[in-house]
Amino acid sequence: MKIVLNGESREVEAETLAALLLECGLTGRVATAVNESFVPSSLRAGHQLNDGDRVEVLAPMQGG
Amino acid sequence: MRAFYGTELPNPLMLGTAQYPSPAILEQAFRVSGAGVATVSLRRESGAGQTFWSMIRDLGVLILPNTAGCHTVKEAVTTAHMAREVFGTPWIKLELIGHTDSLQPDVFQLVEAARILTDDGFQVFPYTTDDLIVGERLLAAGCEVLMPWGAPIGSGRGLNNEYALRAMRAEFPDVPLVVDAGIGLPSHAARAMELGYDAVLLNTAVARAGDPVDMARAMALAIEAGQLAHRADPIEARDMASASTPVIGKAFLS
Repeated sequence: MKIVLNGESREVEAETLAALLLECGLTGRVATAVNESFVPSSLRAGHQLNDGDRVEVLAPMQGG
Repeated sequence: MRAFYGTELPNPLMLGTAQYPSPAILEQAFRVSGAGVATVSLRRESGAGQTFWSMIRDLGVLILPNTAGCHTVKEAVTTAHMAREVFGTPWIKLELIGHTDSLQPDVFQLVEAARILTDDGFQVFPYTTDDLIVGERLLAAGCEVLMPWGAPIGSGRGLNNEYALRAMRAEFPDVPLVVDAGIGLPSHAARAMELGYDAVLLNTAVARAGDPVDMARAMALAIEAGQLAHRADPIEARDMASASTPVIGKAFLS
């Protein structure tokens, strides 16, 4: 299916959020949101993705 | 010293982690300043996040994630939730930006987001203006810390409205107060501490200095001096001179 990952359109095999992270190699310490709503790490495996979903995967970064 | 949600800071310098010339210089700036808190953010994973996180963790300082760049309550609340999970802390530096040029906080949305987050167990550090009534509203919303700006973020202008910051200190004697943003020089940081503030949060003044490591040390020294001066109960300024050398015993020689 086609999703938008961190602002970029992607064709992916994964059907859940957890599988998407594995497929895209995002295995580090990250936080996730789908369609602008936070999805805790404990719910990623059960979170089914739908065509057109907007997924944000965020990581620690410098900040003031 | 006033505690921040039950935690006493090892050092009243809260130091940002952005804009340094290199990770090594950032690390040294923390080491030489003894800064007790590091502010961090969340951004789209590009591969650099994991290295950064392991470096920050090794600093052994308290972590204060921010919601920098958020313009709506929803955005800020979602970012806070994501930060809590990634950084494993209930602390959140709540930034709700209302104006693009001045990066002035949108205090109306700030109060709303602060209430939602405190109800959800967060310990909110609101980046706010020096307005007393907004401060009261933030406390009523559950905040136990206030972080008024000294001047716009990154401007280095120092304490734009010292009168307002002093009024804030007097109005909220039991609340930990932090001057957040606008500091450019060690003298600005010292002044904030002389006013009785509990900490100073700064980033650009150190990271963008010609020598960030020396500037970090200078800031730490100034903050310590200002804090000590406040505790030492400074004299009141006066308009006329007051001789310090005794008049009694002066020879008659004219």
